[in-house]
Amino acid sequence: MDAEIKKDLQKTACKVRMGVIEGTYNAKSGHPGGSLSIADTLTYLYFKKMNIDPKNPNDPDRDRFVLSKGHTAPALYSALALKGYFPQEEIKSLRHIGALLQGHPCISIDGVDMSSGSLGQGISAACGMALAGKLDGKSYRVYTVLGDGEIEEGQVWEAAMFAAHYKLDNLVAVVDNNGLQIDGKITDVCSPEPITDKFAAFGWHVITVNAHDFDALDAAFTDADTITDKPVVIVQKSIKGKGVSFMENQVGWHGTAPNKEQYEQAMEELNAQLKELED
Amino acid sequence: MADVIKKATRESYGEALRDLAEEYKDLVVLDADLAAATKTGIFKKAYPERFFDCGIAEANMMGVAAGLAACGKIPFASTFAMFAAGRAYEIVRNSIGYPHLNVKIGATHAGISVGEDGATHQCNEDIALMRTIPGMTIINPCDDVEAKAAVKAALDFNGPVYMRFGRLAVPVINDKETYKFELGKGVVLKDGSDVTIIATGLMVNEALEAAKALENDGISARVVNIHTIKPLDKELVCKCAKETGLIVTAEEHSIIGGLGSAVADAVTEGCPVPVVKIGVNDEYGHSGPAVDLLKEFGLSAENIADTVKKALNK
Repeated sequence: MDAEIKKDLQKTACKVRMGVIEGTYNAKSGHPGGSLSIADTLTYLYFKKMNIDPKNPNDPDRDRFVLSKGHTAPALYSALALKGYFPQEEIKSLRHIGALLQGHPCISIDGVDMSSGSLGQGISAACGMALAGKLDGKSYRVYTVLGDGEIEEGQVWEAAMFAAHYKLDNLVAVVDNNGLQIDGKITDVCSPEPITDKFAAFGWHVITVNAHDFDALDAAFTDADTITDKPVVIVQKSIKGKGVSFMENQVGWHGTAPNKEQYEQAMEELNAQLKELED
Repeated sequence: MADVIKKATRESYGEALRDLAEEYKDLVVLDADLAAATKTGIFKKAYPERFFDCGIAEANMMGVAAGLAACGKIPFASTFAMFAAGRAYEIVRNSIGYPHLNVKIGATHAGISVGEDGATHQCNEDIALMRTIPGMTIINPCDDVEAKAAVKAALDFNGPVYMRFGRLAVPVINDKETYKFELGKGVVLKDGSDVTIIATGLMVNEALEAAKALENDGISARVVNIHTIKPLDKELVCKCAKETGLIVTAEEHSIIGGLGSAVADAVTEGCPVPVVKIGVNDEYGHSGPAVDLLKEFGLSAENIADTVKKALNK
């Protein structure tokens, strides 16, 4: 990837993370950990990969995105605001009464292609969107991001079977493999491992990637474009809480908002990262 | 009198899908390994490229339907009522209802008349479940003519619709030539002044039979067919309450949460008169021939007539 483009993406990802902290801090609730682990992926998709236009959010030919792990909406909203779908100010009223930005993604928000958040459901909707694209002979692609805990839901595997059966090669599912879910390590709670083998057995093309390396993400998603007759899953090794030192790999930050002191420290760290990239 | 023609509304569903497919290019049909039973197989045979079997995976089927609808398709997601409303309830609620997507749910084998398969497959709760979903339209047609008209009305309506069809062949009571289906409007089939029998689905015919029997006993019973349970025709319900002073509801569904409950809610709020509910009581069904089960569970003209007499102290 071009060094300049990569640096821009890194800077944008930093701002997406700031939005996550800003949103959850002001909401006094929400899910910063898993939002931070997908910040780079969403940045890559919204600022490099997807064919989308915030001025025409309902373009029938646009690429679609479904955040199946809907609780990490702060990252999605932050990316959408930076992209220009709605004012940045909205981030501060996340989860408030009367706010545009609901606790989980809602289809009525510009840029949000599907309501989601009840785990395991987003991938099915993504399958339907991919099937519609095939029926209409359209070339758009459908992206969906799932949590590694989320794939414990049986519906995910119903969808996995369906996508392979109907050869939905216009569908790319990302499994955000940060290894942690609410009750602890995924391998301790009720292990969904081996994730890659499971998807391969269901007939998917499997790609693994480091979620925090834009060159690797670019290679993975570009590779996905070339696969035919099979849906693609990108299993990304990620760090829950990535970018905020005291949140990294800490299960406690799954669904806890930072207090004032923590907010200030997190923003200080992210500002420092941004400054370093800008220098 | 000519022989009564009987037909199961699931059959009407399959035929209507096939007959409307040419006009409605975005219509697609999903099923969950029950195409032979739900009768979507009729559509599949004519339009195989617009039919998608999801396998025995109803949760995913509802989600796929949502995604298709989000991209402009009009999917008819079809399976037994037990799995459409029961098993997939939360997906219908969150992936179809909440985003208010244009998905039509074709739920067949509703009610006790499933028969021999027994309690696990006799869904007497689907109307209650679907009623709780904001913005969900619920249609329970009474015969072939109404079922076909309902499918067309659902296609012309933008939003989620739950359609309830039966396994058992039931008499065709509407005239194909003159019948008009109006979503959300009840139909007065027979006028009367002592009581209004409000029925839905296969109980509409039973209500008409009951009214005839009551007439012989000097009781004037009005019969109203409610095909659209949500939104309910409250105006008509209240008019009947005021004019006849007594309402008896009849449905092949639990007395908890179905037509009777919807009518009672409307009457309590706007025009209080006694409401007596006929339906499946708070119990499970069991195996047996559908016709015998309907009698056993009180879903018959005789029981409607007896209930009316009791309520009128006659």
